[in-house]
Amino acid sequence: MPAGTLYRGREGMWSWVAHRVTGVLIFFFLFVHVLDTALVRVSPEAYDEVVATYKTPLVALLEYGLVAAILFHALNGLRVVAVDFWSKGARYQKQMLWTVMAIWFVLMVGALYPVLGHAVREVFGS
Amino acid sequence: MSADTTAATTDDVTLYDVDNPAPVIEPPRQRTKKTPRAPHKKGSNFEMYGWLFMRLSGIVLVVLVLGHLLIQLVLDGGVSKIGFAFVAGRWASPFWQAWDLIMLWLAMLHGGNGLRTIINDYAERDNTRFWLKMLLYTATAFTVLLGTLVIFTFDPNIR
Repeated sequence: MPAGTLYRGREGMWSWVAHRVTGVLIFFFLFVHVLDTALVRVSPEAYDEVVATYKTPLVALLEYGLVAAILFHALNGLRVVAVDFWSKGARYQKQMLWTVMAIWFVLMVGALYPVLGHAVREVFGS
Repeated sequence: MSADTTAATTDDVTLYDVDNPAPVIEPPRQRTKKTPRAPHKKGSNFEMYGWLFMRLSGIVLVVLVLGHLLIQLVLDGGVSKIGFAFVAGRWASPFWQAWDLIMLWLAMLHGGNGLRTIINDYAERDNTRFWLKMLLYTATAFTVLLGTLVIFTFDPNIR
């Protein structure tokens, strides 16, 4: 580690980095998502046309990535709240991060079929 | 102990007494009338309220956003069922209108404040920081207003 840096590495720093990165990604998605939803004020056809691109296999993969980012940000956010407001939060921050990662992994496995199932059927045939 | 040392100590002790007390030295880090204050932060707790808002809105957003993902991407065939008719069906209910409106406002303010923090952390030049934040505030206000307008003026019989 370079001398004089405030970065400490390990679970604490990397979860903080991941929280920032996922937060920025989600914010940019939200901006685009409000714009695409605004097309319902243009015409049903305009909206359905854009949403149709969201149902393609490539975008399904991006959706899975978005779900991954949102689930991490949500679960780690609850961990940050626990660190700040629970008297023993700071002491158990590492254990809480691994709990977050375990729940995240289970939910990501659970999201495989609902989010990517239709893409797999389209690419490999039903 | 030599007699000299004893004499010196005695000198110190006798320097001050009840009628002639030693000067009081302020303990370090105690605020006095002379302690300088940050010029424009006087009395403002904006950053503390921002910090609190991130945590409170975050907890609410976990419920709103994960519920939203469950409805849009998992239940009833996932993303395949989404279309104008699906949106019209959900926004016929004031409950889902309110859900989406609160989610929009909380998510944009939560994300906007998050990006403001990140800009403050990494943009070192005053000018860069100022213009990045102006861009952020403009984009945030535009998105919140557009989204609000869409939810309130949605017309299922537009065609």
